[in-house]
Amino acid sequence: MKFRVQITRRAGIADPEGATTAHALRELGYADVESVRFGRDMTVEVSGDDEERALKRVTEMCERLLANPVIEDYTVERVE
Amino acid sequence: MTVAVIVFPGSNCEHDAVYALRALGAEAELVFHKETDLSGADGIILPGGFAHGDYLRTGAIARFSPIMAEVERHAAAGTPIVGICNGFQILTEAGLLPGAMVANRDLRFICRHVLVRVESTDSVLTSNAEVGQVLRIPLNSYEGNFVFGAAETAEGVVLRYVDDRGEPDDTINGSTVAGLASPAGNVVGVMPHPERATESILGSSDGRVLLEAFMTSVAAVPA
Repeated sequence: MKFRVQITRRAGIADPEGATTAHALRELGYADVESVRFGRDMTVEVSGDDEERALKRVTEMCERLLANPVIEDYTVERVE
Repeated sequence: MTVAVIVFPGSNCEHDAVYALRALGAEAELVFHKETDLSGADGIILPGGFAHGDYLRTGAIARFSPIMAEVERHAAAGTPIVGICNGFQILTEAGLLPGAMVANRDLRFICRHVLVRVESTDSVLTSNAEVGQVLRIPLNSYEGNFVFGAAETAEGVVLRYVDDRGEPDDTINGSTVAGLASPAGNVVGVMPHPERATESILGSSDGRVLLEAFMTSVAAVPA
């Protein structure tokens, strides 16, 4: 089973890459760009066929390692 | 008194720390991150570098190194612990200090001396200094832009970046926080490198007042 993990930085937490990219887009003429936020995208493949158990474990992985709960949020969805 | 300087794969400032501590009269030993016993340590340094390649997030994987259980035990017991640069990042990831590090505001690696002002002497790193004292110390980092979490209170700052007039300066890397202490004051993270500012030939000896405070605290740990 494969799970897609998307990690985003919480609103209000500095995101220098996002701020710089938003600035570059505005410089290119996209004056309507209000903000750009960077995140991370991972695909975690796990063995077994118990989806409920696997989802619980991948969520636990997010809490313990994949995301930093101090500044980041995450979503997990099965993709395969 | 013995200071354990932890070596993670990718640490690169461990010898600087040992050199500086020994030059100031401390006993300091390198301890590999896979060790599981720090019972002989009266103080702990988490040095700078790129522990475990800094993959995922700085310090994110290092916090699960086997030695970290001992570091956490010592933190709770009141042992003086200082994380320098990458060591600061590891302490935040481990939850031993609040907050987190993000990329420098201008997306550049910073490698130069900066000015920091002592905000509080209630920590093992700043107890020999005076509030308001300005120190010149080298900063070497890309992800040194400290942020508090949304749910956290902005407390414990012991060192702040300042400009030439001594006023707080967030234009260096985006944050004014250069040093942060736990509520008990025994766990301290510092982004610039005091261990590289201990002799005038290095451009500054201002780091001595910080390391000497740490050594005083280490010496006070009951045997």
